[in-house]
Amino acid sequence: MMIKPLDQAVGSIDAMKAVFARDMKVAFRQRQDLLNPLLFFMMVVTLFPLGVSPEISFLQEAGAGILWVAALLSVLLSLDHLFRHDFDDGTLEQLVLQPQPLFLLVLAKTMAHWVLTGLPLVLLTPVLGVMVHLDGNSIAILCLTLLIGTPVLSLIGAIGAALTLGLRSAGVLLSLLIIPLYIPVLIFGTGTVAAAAEGAPVGAYLALLGAFLVLALTLAPFASAAALKVSLSNS
Amino acid sequence: MSEPLLQAINLQCERDGRELFRDLSFSILPATVTRVEGANGSGKTTLLRILAGLSNAWAGDLLWCGEQRARVRESFLRNVLYLGHRPGIKPLLSPLENLRALMAGRRPMGDKALTQALARTGLAGYEQVPCRHLSAGQQRRVALARLLVADEPLWLLDEVFTSIDASGVAAIENLLQERAAEGGAVVFTTHHNVQIAGTKRLVLTPGAVGYDD
Repeated sequence: MMIKPLDQAVGSIDAMKAVFARDMKVAFRQRQDLLNPLLFFMMVVTLFPLGVSPEISFLQEAGAGILWVAALLSVLLSLDHLFRHDFDDGTLEQLVLQPQPLFLLVLAKTMAHWVLTGLPLVLLTPVLGVMVHLDGNSIAILCLTLLIGTPVLSLIGAIGAALTLGLRSAGVLLSLLIIPLYIPVLIFGTGTVAAAAEGAPVGAYLALLGAFLVLALTLAPFASAAALKVSLSNS
Repeated sequence: MSEPLLQAINLQCERDGRELFRDLSFSILPATVTRVEGANGSGKTTLLRILAGLSNAWAGDLLWCGEQRARVRESFLRNVLYLGHRPGIKPLLSPLENLRALMAGRRPMGDKALTQALARTGLAGYEQVPCRHLSAGQQRRVALARLLVADEPLWLLDEVFTSIDASGVAAIENLLQERAAEGGAVVFTTHHNVQIAGTKRLVLTPGAVGYDD
């Protein structure tokens, strides 16, 4: 039996597509899990006017912040599932043993996570933005910041999810690890909308958010892949 | 005599402050079946995970085709198939979808070949049923269907006979024997009474290690 040369291995892009496709398929077989972060997002945003103040001036001022915080928390809630099921059923072991670079496969998984949690939040934002009386321009800017910001949340979150994989009660530790890293994204995300509301230019804010995204895209998959190997090694 | 596929030199492993084995040296040659034996907790699974590259908690040298494994990692991963305790089957996907996903990163195959492999493991008619509706043994058979389409020269099989019925065990015995005859190498662990002619034994006992050719 011959040793197979490497050029007979599947290319990285094809392998990434396969990982992405499988995650999508699994997610759509389990729609309840898909709805959870969205429902959480909607509930937090709808409860704020009831719990704090329904006044239009308050909501206009705090609306963007409320939506950003709610989006951040709902991404955080969904993170534990990112690798957990794969870890439990053994597909994660098989993923790590694929001949393609692991960071690319992890990137594919993280992209699937964003499409399934971050992107729906962005799509829901215009509706909830109207509900908290944001004007059209603010809503557009808010959507843009979330569009750039939520992938960062998924990418950074994947590191935490991978690190805490071997632990039985990972939830609290995951939040403690990840929230400090989310804070800059939150500050610049809401800052952009606030600047836009005052009529100030937002280019610099958006550029910084974009820089976060590029940084996360290039570094986070390596960190997540390394963390996954450590977690699997200790299991 | 052919070159060893995998060579372990002075492997040492400690887990939770307890030494599982030390100075463990052996070679896995093509066309051999090796059975790793030992009591519960003697480190059989750990050894297989180390050989597969899943565990980092070891010292010593592991050579793949004569080269340090870390240096030829991609080639190693492409040529080794590992099946662990956890079968790597997604409960929400059907056997066919599972098999397709598992093969996608290694050797994509048409549905026809995969369906045939599933049929040979006794899963004909279950191709489209989500795996969570299958029994434990049937789920394991989905994972085993991979062996029928696998082209990797080295197989590392951890407890593959678990929850498989008698006829299934016999079929796997045959498969492993054929595999060795074709020139592949198999390393497996089991607590079942499995008879494969010419099986080498690698016995893990705390403190002492025996390798019987």
